[in-house]
Amino acid sequence: MDDLLKEFLTETSENLAVLDVELVRLEQNPNDMDLLGNIFRLVHTVKGTCGFLGLSRLESVAHAGENVLGKVRDGEIEVGAEAVSLILECLDRIRTVMTDLEATGAEPAGDDTDLIKRLNAFAESGGASSAPAAPAAAPAPVSALAAAESSASIYDQIGGMGTVDAVVEVFFARVTGDLRVKQAFDGASIDHLQGQMRDYLAKLCGGPDSSAKSVLIDRNMNDAQFDAACGHLQAALNQLEVSAALSARIMGMIFATRDEATAGAAAPAVAAASETVAADPVAKPKAAAAKKEGGSEESVANQTIRVNVELLENLMTMVSELVLTRNQVLQILRKQKDSEFAAPLQRLNHVTSELQEGVMKTRMQPIGNAWAKLPRLVRDLSHELKKKIDLVMIGQETELDRQVLEMIKDPLTHMVRNSGDHGLETPEERRRIGKPETGKITLNAYHEGGHIVIEISDDGKGLPMAKIKEKIVKNGLASESELDTMSDQQIQQYIFKAGFSTAAAVTSVSGRGVGMDVVKTNIEKIGGTVELRSIEGKGTTFSIKIPLTLAIVSALVVECAGERFAIPQISVVELVRATANGELKVEKIKDTPVLRLRNKLLPLVSLREKLELTDGKEAIENDTFIVVTQVGTYNFGIMVDRVFDTEEIVVKPVAPILRHIPMFSGNTILGDGSVIMILDPNGIAEASGQMGISDAGDAADAAAAKSRGHGEEVVPLLLFRTGSGVPMAVPLALVARLEEIERKTIERSNDRWVVQYRGQLMPLIPMNHEQELGGEKEGRQPVLVFSDREKAMGLMVDEIVDIVEAKLNVDLAAEQPGRIGSAIIAGQATEIVDAGYYLSQAFKDWFGSQQQDAVETGKRRRVLLVDDSAFFRNLLAPQLTAAGFQVIAMDSADKALSLSESGEEFDLIISDIEMPGMNGFEFCESVKKNARWQTTPIIALSSHASPKDIARGRQVGFDDYVAKYDREGLVHTMNEALAELMRGAA
Amino acid sequence: MSRNVEAEPEAAANGAKVGSSDNRDYVTMSIGGQLFGIPVLKVQDVLGSQTITRVPLAPVEVAGSLNLRGRIVTAVDVRLRLGLPKRENDKAAMSVVVEHEGELYSLLVDSVGEVLSLETRDYQRNPPTLNPRLREFSDGIYRLNDSLLVVLSVSSLLNFGNRADAA
Repeated sequence: MDDLLKEFLTETSENLAVLDVELVRLEQNPNDMDLLGNIFRLVHTVKGTCGFLGLSRLESVAHAGENVLGKVRDGEIEVGAEAVSLILECLDRIRTVMTDLEATGAEPAGDDTDLIKRLNAFAESGGASSAPAAPAAAPAPVSALAAAESSASIYDQIGGMGTVDAVVEVFFARVTGDLRVKQAFDGASIDHLQGQMRDYLAKLCGGPDSSAKSVLIDRNMNDAQFDAACGHLQAALNQLEVSAALSARIMGMIFATRDEATAGAAAPAVAAASETVAADPVAKPKAAAAKKEGGSEESVANQTIRVNVELLENLMTMVSELVLTRNQVLQILRKQKDSEFAAPLQRLNHVTSELQEGVMKTRMQPIGNAWAKLPRLVRDLSHELKKKIDLVMIGQETELDRQVLEMIKDPLTHMVRNSGDHGLETPEERRRIGKPETGKITLNAYHEGGHIVIEISDDGKGLPMAKIKEKIVKNGLASESELDTMSDQQIQQYIFKAGFSTAAAVTSVSGRGVGMDVVKTNIEKIGGTVELRSIEGKGTTFSIKIPLTLAIVSALVVECAGERFAIPQISVVELVRATANGELKVEKIKDTPVLRLRNKLLPLVSLREKLELTDGKEAIENDTFIVVTQVGTYNFGIMVDRVFDTEEIVVKPVAPILRHIPMFSGNTILGDGSVIMILDPNGIAEASGQMGISDAGDAADAAAAKSRGHGEEVVPLLLFRTGSGVPMAVPLALVARLEEIERKTIERSNDRWVVQYRGQLMPLIPMNHEQELGGEKEGRQPVLVFSDREKAMGLMVDEIVDIVEAKLNVDLAAEQPGRIGSAIIAGQATEIVDAGYYLSQAFKDWFGSQQQDAVETGKRRRVLLVDDSAFFRNLLAPQLTAAGFQVIAMDSADKALSLSESGEEFDLIISDIEMPGMNGFEFCESVKKNARWQTTPIIALSSHASPKDIARGRQVGFDDYVAKYDREGLVHTMNEALAELMRGAA
Repeated sequence: MSRNVEAEPEAAANGAKVGSSDNRDYVTMSIGGQLFGIPVLKVQDVLGSQTITRVPLAPVEVAGSLNLRGRIVTAVDVRLRLGLPKRENDKAAMSVVVEHEGELYSLLVDSVGEVLSLETRDYQRNPPTLNPRLREFSDGIYRLNDSLLVVLSVSSLLNFGNRADAA
């Protein structure tokens, strides 16, 4: 394919993309003449170039389209859906032909007469009323010359030379007043030009023949000037009451002549010889310079150049290499003191950084580019679905890396299509439920940290919960009882599962089998995340978060078994060192290493084990560095031997023969020239066994479950066994420590087991009453320590089995005291232990003091606890009772509110956030509006507390926010809230 | 790629067509005393002993990665690939760098010899009795005056496809 054709294809497809957008805009603002002018010019350019390249099929289609547009511009045809649809169809045809053209290098054979006929018929019917004199013959695709020949009668029709003369007068009066066009006429005598113009026009219209050539053409005007001049000519024709049909034909011929001229077909010899300036080749650059002042939009275009993407990619690669080399040189420099290279290298360092930044910028593109197709898409969608849709785009100028942009284009399109198809209701439906008829899809992009966030929201019907539930059960993704324990948000996440589409019927728009799962996978592929919020009846919002660039990242270099690895800084939370004698040490539950970090147990992963590294030495577990890593909301520690510096690294893909190893996301060359592997925290988290998520049976879901963890109530559970051999579990967060106590040290005092522990007596409660320490007096007794303030109690168990992450779905309620019920955990029926029961056994005296406090202040505080989960009600109620509160627990917000009506009063309200029906936020709003309860402090309780949630909580009126399981924090917060209230009252 | 594998002997031979139509140039190398050859046009570089970074969890034949003038090259130990015992520790390997599907690979061999121009009439297909492991990676045999030269098939050597799928 020759270069010219290639250039044409790129340019034309760009023009077509712009046209799509502009036409839709025009439909919305039919009176925007600038817009119309621009559209006309673009179509005209397309037509002109096609003609120039001898692409007759394209030219004839474009010509017919231009014809219609011409009528629109003349005001003969109203801008309406029909006109726009027709023009869009015309553009589509051009696109189809171009695709073939691109593939084969030649225009494909084909017949467009049908489309052209319709276009022409439309143009004619629109103009028929105002121009009855116009010949009925449709201006079929004709070349410029043919058009000129067939116009023999125009001269007479417009009224001969008199009219032409007048038109030219008016034209020049207007032109000389227009600075843009005037420049093109600089240096020539106006009188002379007028004469030329007059002769030319007369000839053009079929009047007396002359050798005159249009001044509009041989003045070397640029497109903008030409269009402006044509506008003036048109106006002049109108002013002299030349019928619109005739003036359109005149204009058409002028355009055609111009096309020929620009194509270079016009013989320069024909140019008026007497015209000194025109003949002067120097005038050309002058005219080109004048272009700068053309339209404001053109001036921008003038300052940009088209660069091959491949060139930019290469440039980026070279810069990456330069960065690496720079790092290398700096490393050498660090070893040498007082080197004379220091200063120049510093400079090199800076220049390299700036160059890197600059080249990165060339790859940055406004996200608007990825959105360009959407207005057209939404328009077609609204016609097809007979819905009224408004597309609002905010933050189009937000920039992101080209590579990333390419990869989100398709997911975005899919999501917008989904919003229109599934999200928005039909106008009738919207009217019925009191919404404005026109639905709205909003795209919003903005920067946040090193990420870009794109939100796609609609004000439609939201996700249909009932249908989703039905589908989940039908597809066997979860059972109904499981669904009952899930929040709406958790259930909504299921739409990201493969093969999940709730559209009742497969429409031509969506539901084509490409589901949200593909969207999610594509986004995750580039290290992004997608979140979903939906309120039934109000609408749905998808929020996509993706990194700005993929090429250069900051990484932490660590060593393990003598090998070095890089961990992307973005997933590193903190670094801690664990030593045998230090404050932090690695402890083991069976063979699972864990670390106590700020009163939480952090699961640990040994890099040595995971990578099967052996250097002959055993890992010294009691002197190790731990890289605390976050994947989604899952925190874990990676144990490594040493930690070096952080370094800017250029991520290079690993060789194909190594791509199957999930632990690595790439490799790179360090400053010292050595190759190192880049660890993939996602892969490590996955390989660390997922900690046995309950639906792990579905291997493909394991990864999804991890990132979904945020929405699902997956909680870490400590599994242990007692004499009966039945596995038991208790939420890990309730356990302060795990100890193994020498049985010898366990003593009997006051009819109970105690042990001297950290200088105090700690009561020990046997899990198993028959056990009573049995005959064994030797060995070590595993104990789960629950602690509060300085006091602690121990629960004696037989064996600590494991830590797993699982959803807590209590299937069977307990009959035995000390049990909440049974649940399936890690594939086994497991008894969930009611920690509160054992706490109260040991806490009799312990909580006594607090109860006294409560009694002293006159009354027990009444607390309303609202939580849909029976588990938490059962867990918290005894604890709060033990802490001296009188607890009234309700399983839904509605029931809780009904207490207000029956006149109940409380000192404090604690509410869960995610609840079916009315959620915590809504509940809080209702409480704050409720006269009886509005002064009651209200504390939010949730299994996850993102800053956004907390902000929302504060906004609706929550006084505080406490994470579930943070028992100590809860009691503390409650007391604080009450104290605050007392102060307020005093 | 699949086409490449099927047509390997011809493709490899064509790649080495240099000078007269009957002569093909091969870089020779020895592994465990046996002489091997790779078409000279396939070879990018010959390197001495290099610092190689181990890649954990990689197939055993992958010795690791090395830095060749800013490009990351994956090193494959041909000895292990051919099912021969590991090289003794004190003996340094030499690297023959080849390009395969746009990626650079370094083939670790015992030593690299001279470039030989061999006549096509001395070429023949693998004898059917050849060790199956060797046959998998060989395109054919040249009969030299004093020894035999086995033409190594670079693409089969680097085709870890099945294994990667299984892993």
